[in-house]
Amino acid sequence: MSNTTKVNLADLPLEKKKRKYYLIPTYIAVIFYLLFLGFPFLWMFSISLKSPYELLQLNPSLIPDGFYWQNYIDIIEKRGLINSAKNSFVIALLTAALTTVFTVPAAYAIARLRKVFSGIATGWILVSQVFPVSLIIIPLFMAVRRIGLLDTIWGLVLVYLVASLPFALWMLKGYVSSIPLDLEEAGAMDGASSFQILRRIVFPLLVPGIVATALFTFLNSWNEFFFALVLIQSPENETLPLTLARFMGSEGQVLLGPLAAGAFLATIPSLVIFGIMQRKLASGLLAGAVKG
Amino acid sequence: MSNTAVKEVKLKKAKKSSKAKMYNRGAWIYALPAFIPLVLLSVVPLVQAIWTAFTDSVAGFEVTVSFIGFENFRRLAGDTLFWQSFRIGIIWAVSVTLLALVLGFGLALLLNQKLRLLGLMRVLSLVPWAMPPVVVAIMWSLLLRPTSGPIEGIFTFLHIPGARTDWLGDFNTALPTVILIGAWVGMPIITVSILAALQGIPTEMVEASVIDGANAWQRFRFITLPAVRAITTALVALNIIWNFSSFGLVFVLTAGGPGGKTFVPALFAYNEAFKYGNFGYAASMGVVMALAIVGMLSIYLKVSKREDTQR
Repeated sequence: MSNTTKVNLADLPLEKKKRKYYLIPTYIAVIFYLLFLGFPFLWMFSISLKSPYELLQLNPSLIPDGFYWQNYIDIIEKRGLINSAKNSFVIALLTAALTTVFTVPAAYAIARLRKVFSGIATGWILVSQVFPVSLIIIPLFMAVRRIGLLDTIWGLVLVYLVASLPFALWMLKGYVSSIPLDLEEAGAMDGASSFQILRRIVFPLLVPGIVATALFTFLNSWNEFFFALVLIQSPENETLPLTLARFMGSEGQVLLGPLAAGAFLATIPSLVIFGIMQRKLASGLLAGAVKG
Repeated sequence: MSNTAVKEVKLKKAKKSSKAKMYNRGAWIYALPAFIPLVLLSVVPLVQAIWTAFTDSVAGFEVTVSFIGFENFRRLAGDTLFWQSFRIGIIWAVSVTLLALVLGFGLALLLNQKLRLLGLMRVLSLVPWAMPPVVVAIMWSLLLRPTSGPIEGIFTFLHIPGARTDWLGDFNTALPTVILIGAWVGMPIITVSILAALQGIPTEMVEASVIDGANAWQRFRFITLPAVRAITTALVALNIIWNFSSFGLVFVLTAGGPGGKTFVPALFAYNEAFKYGNFGYAASMGVVMALAIVGMLSIYLKVSKREDTQR
């Protein structure tokens, strides 16, 4: 849409003279953004491939002298990264699954319920965003400790579920609202029960929205740091961000190569998920916001 | 619109509401399985958290907890260290939000044009959002190392004073550096949302303004800005909320140092609760933070509303 705008503008005689003059600062800005966004990541990847000897040299270059895979082997085998990655994966998967199970029916209800109810629910979702996590964590910590789930994977899943419910509900509600009510009416006319309508008509149309919400929840749990820091104590239950943060605070100050390698590996799943849902994400967030 | 069309729309609306009512009767059954955990897991902890702020609760098993009224808040009012941290928190939240807004808006404007390298930029513009905060912190600390980082190399190469600065360890540069990294993280969500609003501007509108002789600045001022006003207001509000209580990035990058220069209030409350075990006192800090957020939001929303009515 907008692309055609620019073409049309350029075709107008008024704009034609100025066109090249405009493009110089524009491309300077493009290069600035490309460097600002991409260079840090590139630099980290470069360090992950450098040998300890190369890292000690002054005037480091972006392109490493060779591929020093030992950094990757070191961080995976010696620092328990595989175990943390497994924990992170299980926790994120369970959180995403449970969140979906709980939010799909509720999102449907909120989107289709009487205005008063949906107003209260939406209001609550917004209010819950205002309270800082450092406040919410205190009763959650006490509750998790009371039921004996402190320092366990399930305790963290429970807390992540609490944290992700409001936003997942918000996202899904937008997707439900975008399903035309007429379709459900047609189903009702044909004599489908309300459960059948939900299963046969609403659910299939909602699948892309559910996938997007589940992936988003998975990603948030995979990346999360604060709750894990508070709730997990023993190394065998650590999540990936915890292991990396601990490593950075201790040996990582010296072992830059393995640190960069671990950080790079931890990012791959996030990038893959983001690649899958690039478009979905923006439209999903906006769907919730606009149709709220 | 013709008369019949109006009638049709009205008819549709009437039909819709009657049908909607029909579904409403059964809908709460689907809501229950979600609302019970939502109430248990979301409403209850919040009420408990606020209640804790009025007690002398401390860490440890089997401790008796008693209600002490506003005692925590009275103590907090005289806690100069907390207010210092509170001030840093406000500077941090406002600066990160504004910087991310400016950078994200600029990027959205670029992405909305027909340029080379756009595909690459589009992908890269989302990367900071996808990365775990801990990885972001590790990445930037590698970049900013005073002895072997490329930033230091650039400074030396260009003979700019400031080479060999320990960006994250220096009293003067620590907070600005952390703010820049915070803006780097906050950029994508702003870019994506503003870009969506920009792409909603009708082509005809821009063409008409060009034909009417509007220059680039006028087009920006009277077409682009009004189109993104609503989403920008929402984004600023959300970002202030998120940033004021954000924790992970600062914790890993500087842990509040040097000399408390980056000691944001979320970090302060965390230390109070989980380092010193004063749950009640820490909860009162959380409540004060929530009140501050509500205060900042209401001022901001009032101002932006007034500006709206003025135009």
